[in-house]
Amino acid sequence: MAHSAVIEEEQNLWGGGAAPLKASYGKLMMWFFLVSDAFSFTGLLTAYGYVRYKHIPNTLADYIPSFDRWPIPEKVYNAFPFFGHANMPLIFVGLMTFILILSSVTMVLAVEAGHRMDKAAVEKWMLWTILGGIMFLGCQAWEWTHFIHGTVAGMDTNGDGLGDVFGANLVVNEYGPPAFADFFFFITGFHGTHVLSGVIINIIIFYNVASGLYQRRGHYEMIEKVGLYWHFVDLVWVFVFTFFYLV
Amino acid sequence: MSGHENFVEPEVIPVDKAKILKIWKVAGILALVTAIEFALAFTVERGMTLNVIFIVLTLIKAFYIVAEFMHLGHEVKGLVYSIILPIVFLLWAILAFLMESSAIFDAIEGWYK
Repeated sequence: MAHSAVIEEEQNLWGGGAAPLKASYGKLMMWFFLVSDAFSFTGLLTAYGYVRYKHIPNTLADYIPSFDRWPIPEKVYNAFPFFGHANMPLIFVGLMTFILILSSVTMVLAVEAGHRMDKAAVEKWMLWTILGGIMFLGCQAWEWTHFIHGTVAGMDTNGDGLGDVFGANLVVNEYGPPAFADFFFFITGFHGTHVLSGVIINIIIFYNVASGLYQRRGHYEMIEKVGLYWHFVDLVWVFVFTFFYLV
Repeated sequence: MSGHENFVEPEVIPVDKAKILKIWKVAGILALVTAIEFALAFTVERGMTLNVIFIVLTLIKAFYIVAEFMHLGHEVKGLVYSIILPIVFLLWAILAFLMESSAIFDAIEGWYK
């Protein structure tokens, strides 16, 4: 009996409608889009590594910002909101990482609730996910503002003990070589754009959930698709965190 | 709008406690690994060894996000490989570019010596 069932299935393959990967078209295309996006982000992070290892690294022992030496992340990202210029290295990025991981968890819970056709729970967890995304974007806005505004000391370029360069733009920055700020703006900016579009897509999907569209459709697969995108954004941040802030 | 009147709300399937627990367990692992990375960043001396540890811990986090949160660990083999295998190209790209940049660094340093 089992044998005949297999043959029957093979014959049916030619009629179309078979799904060898056991996933819907939409989910597969989301996966392949994410693979291509992974290539983009790897390109950016590899370029960062390339330019960084082409420069002389700065040392922790006698750390002085200079155009020739590549800065050490914990000496650059050391501020926390409302703590002024207190030295709190990497604490703020750590907080951002936790916020994004938590919003990823609430997204998994939304997907799980969708499997159970639990509309109220999907709404609740989608809202938490959107909130987490908005909080992350707010943190990034603060981080950028601080990076652009710079420190009180600034960088001393002519050796008179006083700062000459303050803050950062695309041409010059007080932390290190110009390429350092360029990569900061481009990589965290590209990731932030992904988070922003993720939040917008989440809001659209939340609207559809609230209006009962997926309830009428009979399944919540759209939550899974947007969930894949959201987890990918979290995944990229895990790599940005390591290669931009830790190493 | 007549379709709405005939529509019957589907029944809500009750929560499977074990499933929810598993999700929070993975979340706990991700938070723990991040905390370990943090602790290492401030206690262990900078160098190649620490960088390798960071990369390994990052890959552990990536594995849990992709396998559990993105559910790839529970998909069929064909789908898993069509996602994972293209990533192999990236490993070579990273290695090649970093080797080249350190060669450029050595060349510039050697020039001034």
